[in-house]
Amino acid sequence: MPTITLNKKVFEKLVGKKLPLEELKDRISMLGTDLEKIEDNEIVVEVFPNRPDLLSEQGFARAFASFIGEKTGLRDYAVKRSGDKVIVDSSVDNIRPFTACAIVKKLKFDEETIREVIQIQEKLHVTFGRNRKKLAIGIYPMEKIKFPITYSAEDPNKIKFKPLEANREMTGLQVLGHHKAGREYGYLLENLDKFPVFRDATGEVLSMPPIINSDLMGKVTEETKEVFIECSGFDFEALNKCLNMIVTALAEMGGEIYSLDLEYPQKNFVTPNLFPDKMKFNLSYANQRLGLDLTEKEAKELLEKMGYGYDQGTVLVPSYRADILHQIDLVEDIAIAYGYENFEEIIPEVATIGAEDKLEKFFRKVRDILVGLKLLEVKNYHLLNEIELNAQMLLDEEIVGLKSSTGDYNHLRNYVLPSLMKNLNENQHNEFPQNIFEIGRTFVSDKGEETGVKEKEHLSVVLCHDQVDFTEIKQILDVLMKSLGLECSVKESKHNSFIPGRVGDIMVGGKKIGVVGELSPEVLTNWDLMVPVVSLELNLEDLFEKVFP
Amino acid sequence: MEIEKKVKNLVAKLHPLERKVLPVLAKEINFSQIVEKSGLQGVEVMRALQWLENKEVLKIISEKKKRVSLDANGKKYSEEGLPERRFLEALSEDFLNLSAVAKKSHLDKEELNACLGLLKRKLAIDIQKEEELMVKLGPQGKILLDKKTPEEDFLNKKFPLDFDSVTDLDKLALDNLLQRKGFVKVEEVKDVSVELTPFGKELVKADLGEDVMGKLTAGLLKTGKWKDKKFREYDVEINVPQINGGKKHFVNEAVDYIKNIWLEMGFQEMKGNYVQSAFWDLDALFVPQDHPAREMQDTFYLSGKAKLPPLWNKVKEVHKTGGETGSKGWGNFSREETEQLLLRTHTTVLSARTISELKEEDLPAKFFAVGKVFRNEALDWKHLFEFYQVEGIVIDPNANLKHLKGYLREFYNKMGFEKVRMRPAHFPYTEPSVEVDVYHPVKKEWVELGGAGIFRPEVVKPLLGFDCPVLAWGQGMGRIISEYWKITDIRDLYKNDLKQLREMKVWLK
Repeated sequence: MPTITLNKKVFEKLVGKKLPLEELKDRISMLGTDLEKIEDNEIVVEVFPNRPDLLSEQGFARAFASFIGEKTGLRDYAVKRSGDKVIVDSSVDNIRPFTACAIVKKLKFDEETIREVIQIQEKLHVTFGRNRKKLAIGIYPMEKIKFPITYSAEDPNKIKFKPLEANREMTGLQVLGHHKAGREYGYLLENLDKFPVFRDATGEVLSMPPIINSDLMGKVTEETKEVFIECSGFDFEALNKCLNMIVTALAEMGGEIYSLDLEYPQKNFVTPNLFPDKMKFNLSYANQRLGLDLTEKEAKELLEKMGYGYDQGTVLVPSYRADILHQIDLVEDIAIAYGYENFEEIIPEVATIGAEDKLEKFFRKVRDILVGLKLLEVKNYHLLNEIELNAQMLLDEEIVGLKSSTGDYNHLRNYVLPSLMKNLNENQHNEFPQNIFEIGRTFVSDKGEETGVKEKEHLSVVLCHDQVDFTEIKQILDVLMKSLGLECSVKESKHNSFIPGRVGDIMVGGKKIGVVGELSPEVLTNWDLMVPVVSLELNLEDLFEKVFP
Repeated sequence: MEIEKKVKNLVAKLHPLERKVLPVLAKEINFSQIVEKSGLQGVEVMRALQWLENKEVLKIISEKKKRVSLDANGKKYSEEGLPERRFLEALSEDFLNLSAVAKKSHLDKEELNACLGLLKRKLAIDIQKEEELMVKLGPQGKILLDKKTPEEDFLNKKFPLDFDSVTDLDKLALDNLLQRKGFVKVEEVKDVSVELTPFGKELVKADLGEDVMGKLTAGLLKTGKWKDKKFREYDVEINVPQINGGKKHFVNEAVDYIKNIWLEMGFQEMKGNYVQSAFWDLDALFVPQDHPAREMQDTFYLSGKAKLPPLWNKVKEVHKTGGETGSKGWGNFSREETEQLLLRTHTTVLSARTISELKEEDLPAKFFAVGKVFRNEALDWKHLFEFYQVEGIVIDPNANLKHLKGYLREFYNKMGFEKVRMRPAHFPYTEPSVEVDVYHPVKKEWVELGGAGIFRPEVVKPLLGFDCPVLAWGQGMGRIISEYWKITDIRDLYKNDLKQLREMKVWLK
């Protein structure tokens, strides 16, 4: 989860109230943010990903001031019209189709505030912007910009500028190959024949989103008083929200917001649009979900504590809130304002009957029988690798692999036995006999299944000690079957993992449900084992059906 | 009186080996002597002595000592006589040639040469050189013939010999012998002896009585012979060798424990596949299709496409526009994305499937799941790529947030936590969402243990057909398992070290 670092003094000034430390801690957690630490003048807060509007000092303080009742209700941010234009060329349609832009003036930057602006930008990139994939933000000093600005997509070889943190001019392609930001985010422009670019009226490049700004045009300094801000990406609505989060944060720093006219090929827009969204609100729905009995006035007050406005059944949702999809989201905010700690605990009288899964219950019986035979239960991951599942077992079976995987664990096991072999391999230093078992899931391809994979619960037992032989494992099988009230026979068969003539199919009621045998010395050698092993593996679901036909 | 009683008690518990060794100890204190007199094996005597030492009967004294023993030549000549004696005995007062001497004395060439030098120095022979060497007894020769040399006396001693017991006179002989190759050797050895304690001295005087019985056998029972004899009393306080029994895996014990809590609370168990479609695992739960958790580095994907159930169209609509739920939706939905196959990332997928199978008349209903879930993580001390998750849902048209808090308290009370706290949180499929803290009775602080909430209408309506509160809560199991068994490296849960599994205590909660 993303965190933001707040300067306690700045924060208190923004909130307009200084709370005792304990209360501050408590209120921060009850607002729905996780307090990571408070140290000296630094407050570190974890913000849930649904609230990107809290990812700035200003945004967080705004929500907090409302929550503690210091400054409640909808905030009003004035937007003046600049009359300047941003022209969106149709060439960006299939490249990075949207932008939303604004100007903020009367800013006073110092080292601290510049760092703060960079923090907002970076946090929004990572979270709401899905690492610049969904959207990217550019902020530019106004001094050198001549309007109108154009947003278009161009041949990357024709885009030439000196990017930030570089010492020479580069083409678009060179940026991807040679610039740090290009290497990191270049994949976002991969396979495109044209790259998006912002240019001002003189043709000077402002930036090549979502990669990097121009060093000449896109570097905010302490001298900067006015900035041009653009968000570019694929979801116009999200771009607007993002832009609103930034401009309102800058307004809280003392800036004045100016709109821009966006000329899209088909339609024109004016951004930023800070008008609140309107959402119908049903009080009885909220009361029902929360188990409360709020009056309209109480609900209004609670909504105002969360920064909303309320007017006769309609909630005014701040333009920077990106997480309000349904009135249930308002219900949650009412609950937060009411205080989760203030809800009573009620256990309703609802009679239901508990029931364990039948198969799980059966597994417990099987487990009890085997434990009674002095076997030790182990529990393994369901993932192994191809060598362990096939080559080391002298098998060549179709196994289910993972597309994305971690090192040695990249296939779903088709038998439990290889897991147990791995256990034996890792326990050679421990005392013998090593008689172990596992009840666990196995996976095989099956086109008939919804997912193309059939999952079956298996039991595998291995016995490993110097004197072990086939008789001993068959004795285990016999006790198990007798305990389950089943007649079982072993029919000689062939299996590559076992010594010929010492392996058989486990048959119950004419059906093969498993294999029992003595592992071949070659398999043992493959697993670096110097002690003989006998094993059985059977399908517990088949067995269950035989026990409970 | 006190001592007598102690002696009597001890006698009753003596092991057969101790019984054999004890009488010997009255006279012998040296280990090798005890072995000889007792007629037991060295190891048996040592065991008996150690037991007796534990019982404060004696002290075993182990010292390093120098010991003189015969080497190969020494052994040979102590039987055959020294070569110089045999040489002298072969001579007379007339010159004899050397080959005649050799024949008479049965000495080889090397021995002959050695004798020539040695005896000449002692003036025991006269030598004359002709075609062959001629030898006869010299002035000292006769005297030597009549008297044994100190070396010969020394070799006749009983070996091995305690070096410290060698007299000064013998030392000279020993030194001479040491100069001759392979005669004697002086080694450092460990000498074990015992020293009886005052109690031990009493004990060896005691009457050990008749033979006592060891194990009670079927034979003794059949014949009734046990009636005539006394049983040896055992030292029941002594440690015995360890044995290994069968055992359930400790994680399964914890799983059973949690399952019981749910069953007691009237929940039915849900089970399902590990391989799921993105549709059931994520889309049905209204997780946006661009959610970071869906990325390759966080989730295990499989090749292939899942078959979608008919209700996928409804879910698609909800993602795109909100459908009939009153939501705005996420604005997009891709079939390709929803058909992806993955290893389930949470047990909530089972809740989604369960809800989709319910009808209005089945409500209210409660379900739970305890099952493995998967995340694409590299194994390290605090991360596993598969782990247990526990989750329950209550589908009840009358349920509300207060009920959720009540259920949470009941659930966590059963787990031993008295106080429960709810804090605001965020999960994509619940609204309100709740972080659950419990007051830890040992740590004396609030500890984050689980997540909870009420499913969003965007989740419930398409699955169930109508909107209805669904309370949900769950948690991982790693924390409670690690805490109970004091596991610091989470990989130990599935390390399957057999020694560790054998020796672990069971789940006693």
